[in-house]
Amino acid sequence: MLAALPENRALSSLLAWNADAVLDAIYDRRELTVTIASSQIRGACQTLKGAGYNFLEDVTCVDWYPSEPRFQVTYHILSHLLKERVRVLCPVESLDPGIDSITSIWPSANYYEREVWDLFGVRFHGHPDLRRIMMPEEWEGHPLRKDYPVEGYR
Amino acid sequence: MPKAPELAHFVETSTLLKPRPEEGAKDRTMVLNMGPQHPSTHGVLRLVIEIDGETILKVVPDIGYLHTGIEKTCEAKFYQQVVPMTDRIDYLCPMTNNLAYCLAVEKLLQLEIPDRAQWMRVLLNELTRLNSHLVWLGTHAMDIGALTVFLYCFREREEILRIFEHVSGQRMMTSYFRIGGLALEPPVDFFDRVRKFIKIMPEKIDEYENLLTGNPIFMNRLKGVGYLSAEDAISLGVTGPPLRASGVDWDLRRDMPYSSYEKFQFKVPVSTDGDVWARYLVRIQEMRESVKIVEQALEGMPEGRITADAPKVVLPDREKMKTQMESLIYHFKIVTEGFTVPAGQVYQAVESPRGEMGYYVVSDGTAKPYRVHMRNPSFATLQALQTMCAGRLIADVVAVIGSIDIVLGEIDR
Repeated sequence: MLAALPENRALSSLLAWNADAVLDAIYDRRELTVTIASSQIRGACQTLKGAGYNFLEDVTCVDWYPSEPRFQVTYHILSHLLKERVRVLCPVESLDPGIDSITSIWPSANYYEREVWDLFGVRFHGHPDLRRIMMPEEWEGHPLRKDYPVEGYR
Repeated sequence: MPKAPELAHFVETSTLLKPRPEEGAKDRTMVLNMGPQHPSTHGVLRLVIEIDGETILKVVPDIGYLHTGIEKTCEAKFYQQVVPMTDRIDYLCPMTNNLAYCLAVEKLLQLEIPDRAQWMRVLLNELTRLNSHLVWLGTHAMDIGALTVFLYCFREREEILRIFEHVSGQRMMTSYFRIGGLALEPPVDFFDRVRKFIKIMPEKIDEYENLLTGNPIFMNRLKGVGYLSAEDAISLGVTGPPLRASGVDWDLRRDMPYSSYEKFQFKVPVSTDGDVWARYLVRIQEMRESVKIVEQALEGMPEGRITADAPKVVLPDREKMKTQMESLIYHFKIVTEGFTVPAGQVYQAVESPRGEMGYYVVSDGTAKPYRVHMRNPSFATLQALQTMCAGRLIADVVAVIGSIDIVLGEIDR
């Protein structure tokens, strides 16, 4: 399946680094999406950074409630040199959701990860300052989860 | 006697500053709260600043005052109903947000957009950039103390807003772009009006530069302030004019073109100084380049349709809807049920006046987006505030905030 994809530096470097961590890769609508085992995200980001993908654009999350693994943490990483981007997905289980923080690799992940923690309740291990960012400090619940009503709790 | 209300929702200011200063240092430093109602914080940005005398040690932005949960609201709407939501994120460049969202959904649908619509989008996007940069220039100069420039800038901005009203019916929340093209054919004298405006614009920019560039007071306030190196800018996620002012030659319009930007000739201004002054110069030159792009768009504006040939997505003409059964059915179905979008996920980034504006849209195959996420330039750029302000004076914070041109609406969403 992976062999059918076009030649890509991001994918080949990830496969050379740790082929077992690459769970899936698809090339859809001219965008490359690579699924990485969530325990390996830090290594994967380090590999991508070494391969020339120097700019972290975005970290966000999708809640696939009620299916498991429930959360999908999404990273968009851009290469200024190659002029292309790669999307990295990490499936995260719903029981005490958590994933390693990548702030040590890209300090810009700080706010994005705080936002994901605030709105989805996914913890980032090793984050220097994991506080809520949008909602008030004592807010209960995580509003962007699918089981949180759109109009809020009344 | 009634009990005093509990103020639990007010965060104790000192808890925001972690780690706290050591015991010995306690007497030397002071925590200053700036905002959320401070006039130079451009909205409701709250900064908690730790100072030693007048020297800044630490700046901690506290955001979220404008959080309205737009991303959550988008999940409850049809795809076409999200377009007006995107205006309200960044109220200084509504067209850029419309464009980024429409391009993302069009990529999901794999629609082919006619040339005329693409060129119109480019034209209006560059007018939007001028509009946004004029507001930035006016308010930035006003923060520094040059009040006159504000009035000059808003004079030209008013004309741009009138053009927007002429073409879309709205001055600020335009929602003129639709998934699959444009809402309406531009009115008859629209191009003449833009031509007239764009002809006088270069000399107006000269006028602003006469007031500011070379003005020793203005220069002394900006030069060498808020330095950001290229490495820091990249690692802190800075995009747009601040990134280019730090010496990184990166512009999405040129490097990853969208909406036929590859057909336009323009320069990408870059500076290596990395200070507030460099950001000022980069934006001023960007305004001149935008004028050139608008001129090219006016000159080569192709004829033809303004919407894609996709009856299930694009609303039919009013005329056809009133006279043809088929069109009436499509109209009814789109309005009442929306249109389904094939499952998948896309990320579409455009160069907004503030930097990279990205839309991440996830579809599960229904008529409502499963998830819409906006990657906002100001949100990321705000993280660089600490690097830019540390070791400087409080008055420099005002200059730095002005130079990164934040819009709180898009930070908080």
